[in-house]
Amino acid sequence: MREVKAITTNKLTKQFGDFTAVDAISFEVNKGEIFGFLGANGAGKTTAMRMLCGLSLPTSGEATVAGLDVYKENEKIKRSIGYMSQKFSLYDDLTVKENMQFYGGIYGKSNAFIKEKTAFILDHLHLQKEANALVKSLPLGWKQKLAFSVAVFHEPEIVFLDEPTGGVDPVTRREFWNMIYTAAANGTTVFVTTHYMDEAEYCDRVSIMVDGRIDALDTPKGLKEKYNASSMDEVFLQLARKATRAAD
Amino acid sequence: MKQFLSFVKKEFYHIFRDKRTMFILLGMPIAQIIIFGFALTNEVKNAKIAILDHSKDAVTASLITEIESSRYFEIEESLSSDKEIEAVFHKGIVKLVMVIPAHFGEDLQHFNKAQIQLIADATDPNVANQLTNYASAIVMDYQKRITYERKLPYTINTEMRMLYNPQMKGAYNFVPGVMAMVLLLVCTMMTAITIVREKETGTMEILLVSPVKPIMVVIAKAIPYLLLSTINIFSILILSVFVLEVPINGSITLLLGVSILFILVSLALGLLISAATETQQTAMFISLIALFLPTVMLSGFMFPVENMPTPLRVVSNIIPAKWYYNIVKSVMIKGLGVSAIWKELLVLTGMLLFFLILAIKKFKIRLA
Repeated sequence: MREVKAITTNKLTKQFGDFTAVDAISFEVNKGEIFGFLGANGAGKTTAMRMLCGLSLPTSGEATVAGLDVYKENEKIKRSIGYMSQKFSLYDDLTVKENMQFYGGIYGKSNAFIKEKTAFILDHLHLQKEANALVKSLPLGWKQKLAFSVAVFHEPEIVFLDEPTGGVDPVTRREFWNMIYTAAANGTTVFVTTHYMDEAEYCDRVSIMVDGRIDALDTPKGLKEKYNASSMDEVFLQLARKATRAAD
Repeated sequence: MKQFLSFVKKEFYHIFRDKRTMFILLGMPIAQIIIFGFALTNEVKNAKIAILDHSKDAVTASLITEIESSRYFEIEESLSSDKEIEAVFHKGIVKLVMVIPAHFGEDLQHFNKAQIQLIADATDPNVANQLTNYASAIVMDYQKRITYERKLPYTINTEMRMLYNPQMKGAYNFVPGVMAMVLLLVCTMMTAITIVREKETGTMEILLVSPVKPIMVVIAKAIPYLLLSTINIFSILILSVFVLEVPINGSITLLLGVSILFILVSLALGLLISAATETQQTAMFISLIALFLPTVMLSGFMFPVENMPTPLRVVSNIIPAKWYYNIVKSVMIKGLGVSAIWKELLVLTGMLLFFLILAIKKFKIRLA
């Protein structure tokens, strides 16, 4: 039996009026892979990601997420994915525990599941003491780690992370990536956008978007060889310089 | 169902955590009833007047006693010359001067006719009007008593009866008004703000990616405010019955029923505002300027709709509070039943459906 890919797209396009934000991109993401989705500001990453999450309807092209069609099986996709947005996505005026109970609840998880999972995450993040503290009282790094834990709380097949480590210190970023590795090792597919090129090195495969198109897609090692670069930073600069579109 | 309950629970957390807002939401109707009931009243009580009595005889003495003993007036000064009239108005305390010409008592007895001049400070025309009316009424009253012995050939006596509000209390008017205002404010503004806040903070995206249906988000958001508003209705009604002594003459069930209908209309409006705005400030601004102000001005609660020019009268029809205000007056004060308010009910139901359909259509399931 052929293995079902986590994500497939075929000439996926999104237009806003005359402006083509995403220009016929085609790629596949394997199950359990950490897929880095790179691109300068305004290259179309977020738009592409939003189409895959069901937040935005494609103009044309095909895409499947967890083997489900983005046009027809939207509601089913929602149950199979987790999402962490650029903006901080927890409720500040709720406690750590209440946030987890809420997200567990809206995914229809049982009380027993929520209780067990909450205890597990609190233990894992060493947040037992803060379980009943309001989220707004936590430092940013902890909030981000908590937001990730909440995004995978319902054990989705695929988790979409939109610039998850913005504004976070290097130590916390490292810890954050350890969490991503753990999730991937447990079979969760991770689809992540980032501006940090050191993070790109942590990915299994990386795609680089320029002006709405995917200009490169390979393992970090493969890309460095192809562009004869010593780091992902150089690869990215070489590609991004070709961009004609103004950053937003 | 579990999804829904988790959501409603979260909404309650939001409200309970924000103690200040909650306090305002629950305290506002109480404060408004008390302010309107005791401070803001256009009934004249103990107005300060001055009397210039040129006659100083037995008749004027008894007339002045009559005025003094009424609860409307308090005699601040007795003047002795015409020159002092101007001066007394300049001081600003006295709003009415009663001038009794010389030989008042004699004239009355010999010519059957005498005159009294009332001079009022008309910088506030309403007050001036009321004061002169009250003063004339007292004089008329007095006249009736002294002419009682002598039969006049023709007299027409008008006898007044104030239906539904025999004591002419202002509270009968503003209790329904405050109800409409509070419900609109709590339901519309708060629902709009709470939904827009999720958009602003970015949590709305997370909700839209999750399996919750948008309609569920909306209903879960509305439920806590429905509950808060119901508490508010009770506190207003309890205060008005026991403190302001405004009776509930009609059916309480009907009153609560129509109030819930109005709450639903307000919630739908809030929803519509939230669908059309992106920031909390805009949502608040629209709720206040586009809704609250017209409600206060055009619902008939502050200014009678009948006295407005035609264009404004037409506009007042699209204001939900106007219809609710009429219903509350009919049911609560006049004690009427459904048969008297079916038209208003129909209009409100129509508005509810219209706003709801529009809001759901506008509420974006996808963000782009």
